[in-house]
Amino acid sequence: MNDKKLIITGVIIFIFILIFPFLYNLGGTTEFIDPVLSEKAKAAKFCVVPKEDMKVEHMQILDVWRDTVVRKGERVYVNSDGKKFTMSLSTGENSCLGCHNNKAEFCDRCHDYASVRPYCWDCHTDPKEIK
Amino acid sequence: MENSRRKFLKVAGASALGMGMAGTAVRAIASGSGNKPKTMKNDNALTAKHWGMVIDTRKFKSHKDVQKLIDVCHKIHNVPDFEYLGEHKQQMHEIKWMWEEEYKHAFTDLNYKYVNKRVEHLPFLVLCNHCENPPCVKACPTKATFKRDDGIVSMDFHRCIGCRFCMAACPYGSRSFNFRDPRAALNLKEETVSGFPTRMKGVVEKCNFCAERLAIGKKPACVEASNGAIAFGDLEDPESDVRKLLESNYTIRRKQGMGTEPSVYYIV
Repeated sequence: MNDKKLIITGVIIFIFILIFPFLYNLGGTTEFIDPVLSEKAKAAKFCVVPKEDMKVEHMQILDVWRDTVVRKGERVYVNSDGKKFTMSLSTGENSCLGCHNNKAEFCDRCHDYASVRPYCWDCHTDPKEIK
Repeated sequence: MENSRRKFLKVAGASALGMGMAGTAVRAIASGSGNKPKTMKNDNALTAKHWGMVIDTRKFKSHKDVQKLIDVCHKIHNVPDFEYLGEHKQQMHEIKWMWEEEYKHAFTDLNYKYVNKRVEHLPFLVLCNHCENPPCVKACPTKATFKRDDGIVSMDFHRCIGCRFCMAACPYGSRSFNFRDPRAALNLKEETVSGFPTRMKGVVEKCNFCAERLAIGKKPACVEASNGAIAFGDLEDPESDVRKLLESNYTIRRKQGMGTEPSVYYIV
């Protein structure tokens, strides 16, 4: 057993590699900051569907919307209360960003925390960012 | 207790039935609250059975008249212009929804040995012909390009994988591929407009007959800016402007022999 030094060094390196992800994230901002609801969204009280459903299903809703708009050419959504919405991320006051006019504090905050990178913004524009 | 196949099948059948009924009941309760959400067109949306365009080339005198319309179109649709980057022009990278063409290039099948002098050097405005038999739609493997019920050959940029089969299939060269990030050119010029998305690197794009404007009751931007030189309407409606123009004027279409049946007509 003359390899004691070698083995211990190896074990130490192995343990370091094992816990590296935890060390790397130590000091990073992992704290969750609540997304801010814009004044306009607060005043509206009700989104296209109830808040709880929106939290869980907004990605599916947007996916269905995009097919409805592009394929069927129908651009108006009438929700269960009979209120009309423009089925668009950022076109006009009645669109998603028309009401949630704070993408950085609303959309991005959650997406960044959850490390979700939706490719919507590769093409769609935030009217605020392009001015 | 002895387990027999008979008993097992009974229990399994009863549970399957129960689960099915529970699902229906839940759905019935859920849909009972309020009205069912629905989607619809805007009240003022322009609709037709077959959108078509008639371009009166007699009203386009110079390059300037045509360029004005091209600029309007490219501006509102966020079409990038890479020439601004100060590099020498690379035709492959050029993105165009509308462009100017000479008679002999636009109408290859009508380019006879001796051509009328006026027509020969007239600036022809060319764009996607929104064909009745669009070869690009047949070529698209993902159905990203499709023909709408109103005759517009439309694109779903979300679905385009950038294979460029449609570009090979289109006999008019109406389609452009984003070899580079279009936002690079748009950002540099600081002229991205809201209301229409940009594209990303790796997708094909082309004229959409301003489907986004028709949806809110406006005619295409080029038609609006042309001061009556371009007419737009329903080709299947005998009372429409375009049909009346087609009846009273001699018109030509691009590459008639291809059998694509273009929806864009030219008065010469």
